[in-house]
Amino acid sequence: MLFLRRTLPLIIAFVMGMIGILVYYSPHSGAQALEQEVTMWNRIVFAFALVLGIYSLMRLHWGRVQRQQAGWAYSFLVFVGFVVMLIFAIYNNGQGPLKPQVIDSGPFVWMFDYVQVPADATMFSILAFFIASAAYRTFRARTPEAAILLVSAIIVMIGRVPIGGLISDSVPAFSQWLMAVPNLAATRGILLGVSLAAIATSLRIIFGIERSYLGGGEE
Amino acid sequence: MSRDQIIFIIFLFIFATINIFLFGSGSLSADWTGFGTFIAAGITLSLYSFLYKDNPLFKFAENLYVGVAAAYTLTQVWYTVLLADVVNPLSALDSESLSNLWLIVPIFLGLFMLTQLASAKFSWLSRIAFAFVVGLGSGLTIPRTIAAKLLKQVETTMQPIPFDLFGLDLLIILVGVVTVLVYFFYSVEHRVASKIGIWFLMISFGASFGYTIMARLSLLIGRVGFLLEDWLVLPLPLF
Repeated sequence: MLFLRRTLPLIIAFVMGMIGILVYYSPHSGAQALEQEVTMWNRIVFAFALVLGIYSLMRLHWGRVQRQQAGWAYSFLVFVGFVVMLIFAIYNNGQGPLKPQVIDSGPFVWMFDYVQVPADATMFSILAFFIASAAYRTFRARTPEAAILLVSAIIVMIGRVPIGGLISDSVPAFSQWLMAVPNLAATRGILLGVSLAAIATSLRIIFGIERSYLGGGEE
Repeated sequence: MSRDQIIFIIFLFIFATINIFLFGSGSLSADWTGFGTFIAAGITLSLYSFLYKDNPLFKFAENLYVGVAAAYTLTQVWYTVLLADVVNPLSALDSESLSNLWLIVPIFLGLFMLTQLASAKFSWLSRIAFAFVVGLGSGLTIPRTIAAKLLKQVETTMQPIPFDLFGLDLLIILVGVVTVLVYFFYSVEHRVASKIGIWFLMISFGASFGYTIMARLSLLIGRVGFLLEDWLVLPLPLF
């Protein structure tokens, strides 16, 4: 049983990892077809993982409704939104769930346009206020490094609005240069570090050194 | 009645009055588009009410949004992955497309993942699915990261430096990349080079911060534009 629970997953991770590496370097059409096939399998498994995630979300809210915890009515609203949207998705503007999705009209598209899109955009735009509040705390230039951060942020912001061009033509140009040269240099340095770390972690997973994805608990 | 409850009732009253006026005057059409604009405006204002404080209106819109977004994501997965890549190929199975039977493998892997829900006795099966996803992801990451990130970034950093302004930019980039890497090298004591690396990092963080603020503000402008133009039907610019 230990073989099935511990060793088999490690073997599968090793084999799939080696396939992932080897198909990239092989120009053979069979290797390319294999890469496409396993990538599609990966997508399908991800789809099931998403079902698992949504089930967990719903179970959490259903628990609150059942126990009638404080604010359970809001959890019930999650179900209302979920069920209504799902019914419209299954209805698929009269086509049913086994036909390709209708994306130009119907109640599902209406819900998407008038509920999801505005809520999505508003949620993200609220962050503008919180970022402004964070900026106030961050941009108090207490050290030379904080002063550099402050000046850099102000130049980029002013350079991206019309008033920047009105102050001087060189403000947008300098903002652009800041993004394209010093910012690029630091981003590239970070990216090189992240890439090396990603490669190292991937190798550790393939060779079974890193096993945290198997979870804890019973061997 | 508390101050917040009074504000809540006044807000609902004003919102209802404005909408009655808009529908009555024909500014909002009495069809699904007009009704949709009314709903979208309600959701937008409810979510913005959080700027005052956490309140029932915000929680209402937030939880509705979570449910709708979850169903939307599930729908997209059904139509773009499960229907297109699994149900359709398997339902159209014939002697020429027997290779589609291989699809049973990812289906089983997916079902293994769902054993996490079933019982503790079988939940170990999900490890096989996780091993597949993580192993394959790791394998695909290594060559792509080496080719697209590591080598490409090193190549564009190490270019011949001409004696002009472009050359100066290349030199600054080279110095920036090297000093930032020195800063992240923790095995030796940091001296001058890492100090310069910190300056580059601060410029980058500041630029990213400013860039993010501008992106969020443009979303805010979009929402305010929606409220003024599409909902209240005011001619813009107002001044």
